[in-house]
Amino acid sequence: MTAAAAPGRTLGSQILAGCREEGRAALIGYLPVGYPTVPESIAAMEALIEGGIDIVEVGVPYSDPLMDGPLIQRATERALDQGCQVDDVFTAVRAVADAGSTAYVMTYWNLVLRRGVERFAADLAGAGGSGLITPDLIPDEAGEWIEASDRHGLDRVFLIAPSSTRERLTVATAACRGFVYAASTMGVTGTRDSVGSAAAQVVEHAREVTDLPLCVGLGVSTRAQAAEVAGYADGVIVGSALVRALGEGGPAAVRALTAELAAGVREGRR
Amino acid sequence: MTAQPGIGRFGDFGGRYVPEALIPALEQLDEVRRKAMVDPEFVGELDRLHRTYTGRPSIITEVPRFAEHCGGARVILKREDLNHTGSHKINNVLGQALLTKRMGKRRVIAETGAGQHGVATATAAALLGLECVVYMGKVDTERQALNVARMRLLGAEVVAVTNGSQTLKDAVNEALRDWVANVDDTHYVLGTVTGPYPFPEMVRDFHRVIGVEARAQVLDLVGRLPDAVIACVGGGSNAMGIFHRFLDDASVRLVGVEAGGDGVESGRHAARFSGGSRGVLHGAATYVLQDDDGQTIESHSVSAGLDYPSVGPEHAHLFEIGRAEYRSATDDEAMEAFRLLSRTEGILPAIESAHALAGAMELGRELGPDAVLLVSLSGRGDKDVHTAARWFGLLDDQAGMP
Repeated sequence: MTAAAAPGRTLGSQILAGCREEGRAALIGYLPVGYPTVPESIAAMEALIEGGIDIVEVGVPYSDPLMDGPLIQRATERALDQGCQVDDVFTAVRAVADAGSTAYVMTYWNLVLRRGVERFAADLAGAGGSGLITPDLIPDEAGEWIEASDRHGLDRVFLIAPSSTRERLTVATAACRGFVYAASTMGVTGTRDSVGSAAAQVVEHAREVTDLPLCVGLGVSTRAQAAEVAGYADGVIVGSALVRALGEGGPAAVRALTAELAAGVREGRR
Repeated sequence: MTAQPGIGRFGDFGGRYVPEALIPALEQLDEVRRKAMVDPEFVGELDRLHRTYTGRPSIITEVPRFAEHCGGARVILKREDLNHTGSHKINNVLGQALLTKRMGKRRVIAETGAGQHGVATATAAALLGLECVVYMGKVDTERQALNVARMRLLGAEVVAVTNGSQTLKDAVNEALRDWVANVDDTHYVLGTVTGPYPFPEMVRDFHRVIGVEARAQVLDLVGRLPDAVIACVGGGSNAMGIFHRFLDDASVRLVGVEAGGDGVESGRHAARFSGGSRGVLHGAATYVLQDDDGQTIESHSVSAGLDYPSVGPEHAHLFEIGRAEYRSATDDEAMEAFRLLSRTEGILPAIESAHALAGAMELGRELGPDAVLLVSLSGRGDKDVHTAARWFGLLDDQAGMP
């Protein structure tokens, strides 16, 4: 493997380090670009930042989103129906940077391959993004992306899951930079009544093999859940609940829910 | 890093483009199937089932009256249509169902387009006492209503998938979502030679029996190897099954026939090699119908079983190295071949397989009367009677048909 770049190089890494110094978990909010329209999705991302989000996860709509549940599927289908394109992602990333935060782009791999891994990385770095979250790319297949991310100083966030063996945890976390995305449950995105004990376990096991921040996603939707996860994780990732808020109440509802969640991560001090 | 670059690759194609959550299950599957394939008990059990349940070996049939429409070449059909459940799909499904038992899992899920793989999976689940859920695009449940009923009669739950294009590709997405959530007790019986490793290789190995039998049968009948082996290619399982034993026979042309739909130039087709490009879909690097951004483009075909925007990675490799060639047959050409085989030989082919027959008509005319063509008749046309009757205007009114 290529030698990892110095930690803390991206703005995302610096924000996560700052949260750690404050003794709290970071709050990471996901919204897909293009839902309900490209301008409104960007306004909603700005609302995330106004509401107190630490890092924005910008989703790229894809025709075959096999890690997403019905709520995000419907939102991204609508974005595609309205003509949302991969180019729009970089506009959103730039807007997030201009609003004083930083974006990680969550994308299915074929969209990166099609644009060209090098070109995608250059565009992302040029727009002020911090890195990529890749739900259907495992480190074993990521040679080209590992090289491109090194060239452009971008973070690469691979996923770990409750099913991950110690060997897979080691492989995945060793390839990550910036943070590690720990899936809280075996399943797809969506709000759930409880986050479950598997999330705490996967974080505990991952701590044995990495010093990187461990951020937990899938199923977190309320202030209480954010507080609970913040009790053991370095970051709390919220997606479907924010997409639902955006659909029901626009950017104002996103801002209000974000403020709630931001309070939640501050209640969950370790 | 302990990663193994190139795992499960056919040249540049294949690999594992799936969520990390599935990797342990794929590793377990690979280990169990490798052991099983060299375990006399497993091989013997699968062989016994094929003999006493599937009806193997399937016969070959020479079709001289149909061959008159193929430039006079000798045409020999490998009769996978005579297998129990009506297609080649049972070869793979029995193998994977036995592996499911070996892994101690109690539930199987599957995707299906035309319904043939779903019916085969429901059949194997009934035979071996497994719970079975089949995902099928809502559009396909409507155009293949009889197969939906068939699966339900066999005790399977059929879930109509209403997102995306509501066809086979969306059924695969939904099956993968189910698998991520239930992987502890569930095996995903993937129905073709694509998906993450080890599926392309494993499914091919379970179908390899088609070519092994056919090669010996043709040698026995004709006294020499065929000049070409022809098969339809959706995902490409019957084609890989019949091609594989011939890969080292350099004199034998391997010809895959994709669904040309309304014609490749129309944009409404499933011809991945002439109308698609390199990409990743459903876990494998292969050829994909996609737009400039990498979004999947919906495929079109009169045949639900070939109506798929991606293709097995080993086919992509055989295409790139030139060992196999890929053509397409339009809906019109395939339906004409369907009509001809029915009228001249008394065999109703599946519309999928009719694409291979259309390929044989074209290739036979190119090669002339000295040629010997082996065609994979991968399935029977009972499920397509309604579609074909409509196509040819054989219904006095639209009532009275199933």
